[in-house]
Amino acid sequence: MDAKTIKLKIKRQDKPESKPYWQEFEVPYKPLSNVIACLMEIQRTPLTADGKQINPVTWDANCLEEVCGSCTMLINGKVRQSCTALVDQIKQPIVLEPMSKFPVVRDLQVDRSRIFKDLKKAKAWIPIDGTHDIGEGPVMSDSLRAKRYVLSECMTCGCCLEACPQYTKDNGFMGAAIFSQVRLFNLHPTGEMTQEERLETIMGKGGIADCGNAQACVESCPKNIPLTESIADMGRQTSWQLLKNLLLK
Amino acid sequence: MAKRKKRIIVIGGGLAGLSAAMKICEMGSEVILIAYQSLKRSHSVCAQGGINAAMDTKDEGDSPEKHFFDTIRGGDFLAEQPLVRDMCHQAPAIIHLLDRMGVAFNRTGEGHLAFRRFGGTLYSRTAFAGATTGQQLVYSLDEQVRRYEHDGLVQKLEWHEYLGAVLDGNGVCRGAIIHDLRTNEIFTLAGDAVILATGGPSQVYSRSTASTVNTGAAATMAYLQGAKYANGEFIQIHPTAIPGQDKLRLMSESARGEGGRIWVPKKAGDTREPLKIPENERYYFLEEKYPLYGNLVPRDVASREIYEIVYNQKLGVEGQPMVYLDLTHKTKEYLEDRLGGIIDIYKKFTGDDPREVPMKIFPAVHYSMGGLWTDYESTAEGLIDHQSPRNQMTSIQGLYAAGEADCQYHGANRLGANSLLSCIYTGLMMAPGVLNYASNISKSVEDVPSSTFDEARNYWTERFDKIKKMDGNENPYKLHQELGDTLMENVLIVRDNKTLEKTVYAIQEIEARFKNVKCVDTNDWANPAASFINQLYCMIHLSKIITKGALMRDEFRGAHYKPDYDLNQPSDFDPYEYIDYLEKKNYGEIAEDAFPPGHLDYMRRYEENNTHWLKNSIATLEDNQPDITYEDVNTSLLTPRPRKYD
Ligand code: SF4
Ligand code: SF4
Ligand code: FES
Repeated sequence: MDAKTIKLKIKRQDKPESKPYWQEFEVPYKPLSNVIACLMEIQRTPLTADGKQINPVTWDANCLEEVCGSCTMLINGKVRQSCTALVDQIKQPIVLEPMSKFPVVRDLQVDRSRIFKDLKKAKAWIPIDGTHDIGEGPVMSDSLRAKRYVLSECMTCGCCLEACPQYTKDNGFMGAAIFSQVRLFNLHPTGEMTQEERLETIMGKGGIADCGNAQACVESCPKNIPLTESIADMGRQTSWQLLKNLLLK
Repeated sequence: MAKRKKRIIVIGGGLAGLSAAMKICEMGSEVILIAYQSLKRSHSVCAQGGINAAMDTKDEGDSPEKHFFDTIRGGDFLAEQPLVRDMCHQAPAIIHLLDRMGVAFNRTGEGHLAFRRFGGTLYSRTAFAGATTGQQLVYSLDEQVRRYEHDGLVQKLEWHEYLGAVLDGNGVCRGAIIHDLRTNEIFTLAGDAVILATGGPSQVYSRSTASTVNTGAAATMAYLQGAKYANGEFIQIHPTAIPGQDKLRLMSESARGEGGRIWVPKKAGDTREPLKIPENERYYFLEEKYPLYGNLVPRDVASREIYEIVYNQKLGVEGQPMVYLDLTHKTKEYLEDRLGGIIDIYKKFTGDDPREVPMKIFPAVHYSMGGLWTDYESTAEGLIDHQSPRNQMTSIQGLYAAGEADCQYHGANRLGANSLLSCIYTGLMMAPGVLNYASNISKSVEDVPSSTFDEARNYWTERFDKIKKMDGNENPYKLHQELGDTLMENVLIVRDNKTLEKTVYAIQEIEARFKNVKCVDTNDWANPAASFINQLYCMIHLSKIITKGALMRDEFRGAHYKPDYDLNQPSDFDPYEYIDYLEKKNYGEIAEDAFPPGHLDYMRRYEENNTHWLKNSIATLEDNQPDITYEDVNTSLLTPRPRKYD
């Protein structure tokens, strides 16, 4: 009798500019395996299902517990983290592809630096006076804290951007993750003081006006971040800002 | 000509690296930040439970001095006292700073910071942001560093790997050799100082709570270049982790801090559903043996007790190496708010909901108390001189270490929620000293001949060319697994010399087989194999340090447990008797009946043992092997005494 195996079909690409191709794999079944455990198995025995020696598949991962955001890919067509994709819970052959909205680096690795650049544009930080000891932070209700906490769990994984019909490889749309971060910082008593700077960024090109409200983003977020709520809130805040700009100019 | 800005190379984008980068920028110097992946993905995000600072917001009588005492005692007196004391006194200011930076710390009804209890202390001194505190702290520091990047002071090189220090003819560190993980190019960076904030080495073990990048390679490379590596044998085994194939995911100590109880069925092999087992047929072994600290005994104690229950008393759940960690007596709302993040992790990886059924957990490799030896300087009053260029400097001049990569803050066992603190503390604390070093060095980096950099680059280019040509029959990833299994089996919670001796040979065999490795990837772009093989080489050296250190240390201290050298503390012993004993010694002979039977003997053994072993073990490279010597620990502030938690 054949020992139990796990079947995978993986889209591969050697370089950013080279052509993608598909390979199939079969690795021994082990209880509690996730997709990453399968990829590690391919590293240890780099053979395709028909026994061809190949370069091991490459992928990104670090924490292996869905908190770093690194290991995002398309699994059976759905964007998600590969570390929490348990083999027992998904259909085989497991089809793995890199995310489609970001340039492929190699195999399942993509370059998501655009998200980090957008975070910089959006000034997604609290502008503190300095690191010296000037005492306590602002008093804040625990309910406000709770509201912010949910938003601050965003691990820049890119699922919401991959799922968004408005976000394409070459437009400048910032996407739900960024809008939600602007909300996070505007909610902080200190962050609020500079909220206009952040609002101006998402009122410009690629900003919130381009969001078609398709709500695909919120369904794909592994951290259950209320992205549509954030988008609606940012819509309100930017409208106000627009009005203010008109009246004050 | 305008004076150029100092330029510091920071390796690692976790809490220590980000803190150092932020502070250095604030002081007006430039930082080049090297990270193995994108920032925000570092291992610090895995820390769950919280960060310690004694603010005594509940009027329990806590103070930084008590935090200091708990930390030193928790570490079995092997931590460097003046530094730990400074850290504990800085802790409240660090929390305030983080709070001002926008960390979503849980709050009280009045809107102030909330604190919870953690292991090894009787006080509520752990500030927390849900159960993802590490992630939250990394993000807020990352945001501040992004702000400096926006202002042009930080240059980030993500997807770059540190390979080694560029040393000049006098052995002074003048920069770093960097490997671009995408183009696979190797180049050098010149800098006024280099900081290794490269984290811990838990990947040396096959299954741990570590992230995949935690190979300890950068710190090991410093050792291979001549730096001292201290206390490598002190590896923390976290008592509660979730069993898994690729990784043992951490179940935070906060689960116990929030009331989680550890138990096993009293009857071995009991097959009933856990919740069908009545209270009186459950063995809450930590609560019974340690009435004072209960489930919140320090980690080394808890791990040993779980090991004892499973392997010696054979009481593991379903006969497996597992015990229950039970939260089902808490309300769902409470758990969601306080522990949501970790409950989700458990559910995602096991399919079971900890709100409905007790979790099954077992100890796992978690943290290295040891690391690169680092220096510091005290003032005449015994305080830390925060301007001193010696703070956090390794034994290689100009090369610094911080965070889990250093060695001075946790002694023989780290207390929960002290790691986030030590990472941020070291990063912030070292900055003025590093810049003083950079300003006062007699020969500037511009005056170092370019040949020094060329030679370093050539050496590493050749080395990687050779690795890429390796064409034996050993798969490097498999060999890594074997190395990890070897350490897992033999250098874990309970240690004995025969097994350790065998392990030394087993590692030698793996080292011999390493020569026969095959570079399994031939791509000339974004090829991770060569880099991994180099890391494996480092991990082999590191495992030698850990194993030899463990073999030579013939005692039981903190996480290093050798039953053959257990001093067998009498069960009715009170640690204050020891203080009394030291006092009495000043007045001549002590009468044999001055203490309860057996106690005097025990105290003499304890004292005698400390004269040999209350020392840092220092590994240096000699003929390809770790040579281990011992250096004194500063115990000037708190008298070492036996630990006891019941
Ligand atoms: S609502 Fe739709 S268009 Fe807007 S960000 Fe979400 S997925 Fe994209
Ligand atoms: S909002 Fe959610 S899906 Fe989008 S990047 Fe953040 S964590 Fe990922
Ligand atoms: S590896 Fe970190 S989220 Fe999957």
